[in-house]
Amino acid sequence: MDALDLARWQFGITTVYHFLFVPLTIGLGAFVAGLQTAWHRTGKEQYLRLTKFFGKLFLINFAMGVVTGIVQEFQFGMNWSEYSKFVGDVFGAPLALEALLAFFLESTFLGLWIFGWDRLPKRVHLACIWAAVIGSNLSAYFILAANAWMKHPVGYEVVDGRARMTDLWAVLTNSTALAQVPHVVAAAFVVAGGFVIAVCGYRVLRERRSGGADPMWRSALRGALVMTALAGALVAGTGDMSGRLLYEQQPMKLAAAEGLRHDTRGASFSPVPGVDVPKALSALAAHDPDAVVRGVEDLQRSFAERFGPGDYIPNMPVVYWSFRVMIVFGLTTVALSLAGLWALRRRRPVPRLLARAGLAALPLPVLAVIAGWLLSEIGRQPWVVQGELLTAAAVSPGVSLREVAVSLTVFTVLYGVLAAAEVRLLARHVKAGPEPAAPAPGPRPETAPLTPTLMY
Amino acid sequence: MELTTFWFLVIAFLWTGYFVLEGFDFGVGALLPVIGRTDAERGQAISTIGPVWDGNEVWLITAVGATFAAFPAWYAGLLSGYYLPLVLVLAALIVRGVALEWRGKVRPAERRLCDAGIAAGSAVAAATWGAVFGHLLFGSARAAVLGGALSLAVAVLHGSVFLALKTAGPLRARARRLTPAAAVAALPLAAVSLPALADLAAGTAGAGVGAGSAGTAGAAGGAGWTAHPLVWAAAAGAVAALATAVALAWRRREGWAFAATAAAITLVAGTVFTTLHRAPLPGLTLAEAASGPYTLGVLTWIGLVALPFVLGYQAWTYWVFRRRVTA
Repeated sequence: MDALDLARWQFGITTVYHFLFVPLTIGLGAFVAGLQTAWHRTGKEQYLRLTKFFGKLFLINFAMGVVTGIVQEFQFGMNWSEYSKFVGDVFGAPLALEALLAFFLESTFLGLWIFGWDRLPKRVHLACIWAAVIGSNLSAYFILAANAWMKHPVGYEVVDGRARMTDLWAVLTNSTALAQVPHVVAAAFVVAGGFVIAVCGYRVLRERRSGGADPMWRSALRGALVMTALAGALVAGTGDMSGRLLYEQQPMKLAAAEGLRHDTRGASFSPVPGVDVPKALSALAAHDPDAVVRGVEDLQRSFAERFGPGDYIPNMPVVYWSFRVMIVFGLTTVALSLAGLWALRRRRPVPRLLARAGLAALPLPVLAVIAGWLLSEIGRQPWVVQGELLTAAAVSPGVSLREVAVSLTVFTVLYGVLAAAEVRLLARHVKAGPEPAAPAPGPRPETAPLTPTLMY
Repeated sequence: MELTTFWFLVIAFLWTGYFVLEGFDFGVGALLPVIGRTDAERGQAISTIGPVWDGNEVWLITAVGATFAAFPAWYAGLLSGYYLPLVLVLAALIVRGVALEWRGKVRPAERRLCDAGIAAGSAVAAATWGAVFGHLLFGSARAAVLGGALSLAVAVLHGSVFLALKTAGPLRARARRLTPAAAVAALPLAAVSLPALADLAAGTAGAGVGAGSAGTAGAAGGAGWTAHPLVWAAAAGAVAALATAVALAWRRREGWAFAATAAAITLVAGTVFTTLHRAPLPGLTLAEAASGPYTLGVLTWIGLVALPFVLGYQAWTYWVFRRRVTA
């Protein structure tokens, strides 16, 4: 173990952890905004109750996404100073834009939404949650464009050992980003959909035990099923795009994901070890069943010729299995949403089985997105910037093993405690259910207490 | 104006905004155990910053992001150079942020834990930022301690004035009475440390950043007085503004008092960045640290278009929540 290993572990742990909360921020925020819009349009009390109920769950989660996000921004400089110096000219720009254009929007308008219930005109208040949702999604775009640049650097030249941006538009419209942004954002909507499906399933099961379930859960469930199915289709479509881009841009990652050792014409695809679908990999990756897919050992040879001696093969088992976990768990969630829509067709009540399956499936989309990130980032190793900078050369030279050990311990312990607290808090609020219908608001006093239901 | 200088000014502006805005957030948080005797009062105090603290924190995110984009070597050197202090800042911001958001969603008994997290997180973050900048400027442990103490004390004063401005009832009276007490700590610390800062900014003393660039220093502090009256005026103005704030708060002119503490923080931050302009880190110049003209240019255009909107809707938030908060 040296400082590099610990820094990598720290980045992996803190990033995966951060991304447990991000999908709910992105997807659940939009879902809550949708519920509030439904309330605005129809005036039905049930949509307001759902807005406040899911809004509260959203806010419990949002806090975690924000605070763990600050660590991300600092960590590049703290642990990866050589990386930061090399890429800052290019990579820093989307980060600065993310803060200026997205984070301000998100945090300011969310503050207005949380505290503005009885202070803003209804329509303005609704616009606030949408502005916050746009902010969240915009931030995803910028950070994913930055991340895409690490896999497929474009719009730059290397001058004096540093990347210099030559074209911001090229960075922001990187083909890798254009496939990755909708893929990850749609996956976030699948995670959020899975979360709402599980919560509704739980509420239905629980309320049926004590009489009957409130019909609003069926409405929310249907909404979440539609959202998950649509987002799932987008994830699959953009996943296919990403696969083809891997074939062109990151052949090593593709080869590792498939465990393909040698360059192969008409390569087969094995969904699980032992099962081979002939020519399927070539067909999927190149849309040509007879295309040559490159293998890790042949790629290793050509990389060594081009970049000098070294090990250019990522951790094969991790990449291979995370690829499968991503696809299988992700598709299972989407299949469940389709089955659920079928089960709920034409005013049918929520079947017990659907409620139970929805609850049981809660971990699946979460595990799928984590696996997706492991595939994406471990599959890029040993590079931090594909073809330009090795991870080993990117670490902060002045930060000692002891210092990284301290920070890794601090973050791991803190994150562990907070994760346990967050799960308990969410579970408690889900169990308690939504608040009963609110009484009509009183006149606006000159000085006002600021402690309504959704507040601090 | 040269783009490098322009972006340095942008970053100085963002940090200054962060210190002014999150300064009172930190102060309110750190004062929580003192100011709020009951759970309801603590809730009332927190409601004054509730709608805005997260937006205020984005000033930090933007300052750091802009530094990354415009001066990568500064960003990399600063963050890796102050590794453990920044771990402390991050841990404090994490605890504080989560506690602020969760406070209203936990059981009453757990709310005490949230309050403790808000207070500790705010105080630690405020003090550690001061320590980091103190050490960055002077390169000594003494400066870190002094900077940390000054930063915390000014945040507490700024926060108590803000509470007096934004609350009604017993909390307002208590916040007003707290203001002189906070000043008892802040004023002597400012009187001791700000002349040293002005001296450094004038390029006549110091061992940290100042020494890194102004290697020819060595003249007595008095020489800077005539050479750079502006930085000395800023330091003296900051001390005077802090004292004025207390007097104004005492006379219930809380809006003006808040303007005075905000001005004091702005003047100190201005002096800090005047010094850093010569060398953002020991041995590093801005020109060496800067990104290329293309990146700086394109970011300038986007920034100039976006910033008025950002400032506008943030100001609007303060307008929407302009009323005093009651219990």
